[in-house]
Amino acid sequence: MIKVQNLQKSFGDVQAVKDVSFTALDGQITGLLGPNGAGKTTTLRMLYSLLPQDGGTISIDGVDPQSEPLKVKRQLGVVPDARGLYTRLTARENIEYFGQLHGLKQGQLKQRIDELSTLLDLGGFLDRRTEGFSQGQRVRVALARALVHKPQTLLLDEPSNGLDVMSTRALRHLLRDLKQAGHCVVLSTHIMQEVAALCDQIVIISDGQVVANGTAEHLRELSGCPELEDAFVKLIGTEEGLLA
Amino acid sequence: MMRGAKIVALKELRDSLRDRRTIINSLAMGPILGPLIFIGMLTLITQKEVEKAVETLHIPVVNQSLAPNLIGFLEQQGVVVEPAPSDPEQAIRNEDHAVVIRITEQYPEQWRSGKPAVVEVIADSSKREISTTLTRVRLLLNGYSGQIGSQRIQLRGVDPRLVRAVQVRDIDLSTPASRGALILAMLPYFIMITLFVSSTAIAVDTTAGEKERQSLEPLLINPLPRWQIMAGKLAATTLFSLVALALTLIAFMVFVGFIPSSRLDFELNINPVLAMRFWYITAPVGLVAAALLTTISAASKSLREAQSYMGMVILIPMLPSLWLFINPVKAETWMMWIPLLSQNVLVNQLIRGDPVLMIWELISILSTLALGIILALTAARFYQKPKLLFTG
Repeated sequence: MIKVQNLQKSFGDVQAVKDVSFTALDGQITGLLGPNGAGKTTTLRMLYSLLPQDGGTISIDGVDPQSEPLKVKRQLGVVPDARGLYTRLTARENIEYFGQLHGLKQGQLKQRIDELSTLLDLGGFLDRRTEGFSQGQRVRVALARALVHKPQTLLLDEPSNGLDVMSTRALRHLLRDLKQAGHCVVLSTHIMQEVAALCDQIVIISDGQVVANGTAEHLRELSGCPELEDAFVKLIGTEEGLLA
Repeated sequence: MMRGAKIVALKELRDSLRDRRTIINSLAMGPILGPLIFIGMLTLITQKEVEKAVETLHIPVVNQSLAPNLIGFLEQQGVVVEPAPSDPEQAIRNEDHAVVIRITEQYPEQWRSGKPAVVEVIADSSKREISTTLTRVRLLLNGYSGQIGSQRIQLRGVDPRLVRAVQVRDIDLSTPASRGALILAMLPYFIMITLFVSSTAIAVDTTAGEKERQSLEPLLINPLPRWQIMAGKLAATTLFSLVALALTLIAFMVFVGFIPSSRLDFELNINPVLAMRFWYITAPVGLVAAALLTTISAASKSLREAQSYMGMVILIPMLPSLWLFINPVKAETWMMWIPLLSQNVLVNQLIRGDPVLMIWELISILSTLALGIILALTAARFYQKPKLLFTG
């Protein structure tokens, strides 16, 4: 479970995150929805302890990322916006590397990679170097890498960026499975259909602030619009940066 | 405790070994090209010196008719006396001739009256390549002067040895090895530059390159302290440069055999034991190079920025070598406290066959390692900054 209260972050004069609060429950998928530049990536980076916040508090299963970054990192699986695979290593070696850094032993690791290979359908390219992989293949390897240590909480930054329809379907399937298994899943996106199809809770962020928070149903009511897309536009007050 | 660093180091080694460009630059070109250029240069220089020392002198002489006796002497000594150019000074400036001898108009008059007869030697002594020729011409003229002088005194019934109040006898204490070392004075530079050249590619790739390819962010999300990630990368870089150093020394050992040293009567011998000593004396510089390059890579905003500093870094190991070249000094203990300078001095001492105190080696190694650790801590501090993530 993630609890975020009054999160703030500035870079020089630019206030990237002004006031973000939300709670993401276990067994649920929480979507951070907002136009490009709304502060979603910065918020996630503070969650996985890569950036220190200027103000506000974060608690991930009771752990504060700033005071106990290593402990938080052990609980989290993260797929950052930049997938950043090593192109001279094979998919398997990429996953192994992160598994080893999480302290997995060789035997354990091999078994876990077999599981992930089945789960994410990596079989065809597991032992190929990642140079020239398609976006879909890259996201699947990045997901395997993030899940290698069986984290309770999964953070994904724009996970369906550049994915084709089939890969997107597979990704949604996986995230639902993780939710069923009781994991806490948080994803950021600027794609409406994604949240509509997937998320139990939607946190709309605009210009560094949470402008609305709730289920799809709740947001429709709140805005008085029957279509979620219209509701979204109305809530953030602009069409700028949106992608249907 | 250092498990994480070890995993990172192993991954970086594997990754780099799969990069053909890194392999060619670090482990092939550097260790072979450097020694090859160096030894090639030396061979050329020594061959030229040898040729100058034995080649027939061709010397233009002005006013040959005024001193037929001197001309006869020169020809007897194997000099080919050539007709003089119309303007000898200009000919020297144009580098048409190395040396021109001018017999002055007063020569016959002075000769007859028993005064020193003036002969001018025209040359530009700032041109190093003519120094052997110039020396040989002076020796010939002095020899002639001495010979005639002795004959004159003998004719007057005086023992010619009387006019030689002092006889200078040169006792040259340079051993064959130390004479060779004069030429090899730049060897420490050529050894140490390898450490910088070979670690550049991998240091830049593992930090600035990882930033550029955006794989640094996922890596930093793993549960290990950032200094351990940095330490792993540093270890891989250092290891790379130490292997390159060993390959360079092996290349030197092989190539030195090709210098025609027998003709110059000095011994240039880098045997395996000496090469081993060079290796462990200069090895701590490998840590300094790797840590310095990693710091620069971590502090740079982009790959391009990091690369732009590398040209300057290559100059650093040159400074102590240049200083010693311009200002040759006796090896002293205080020098051992200065990284890079101490390695220069020690390698020079060893190649001359001069004594090296064990305490010197110890101070040199420890002070250089200390600098390496300070630089590594600096790199770790840059890794700790949130700014590390952002490019551009």
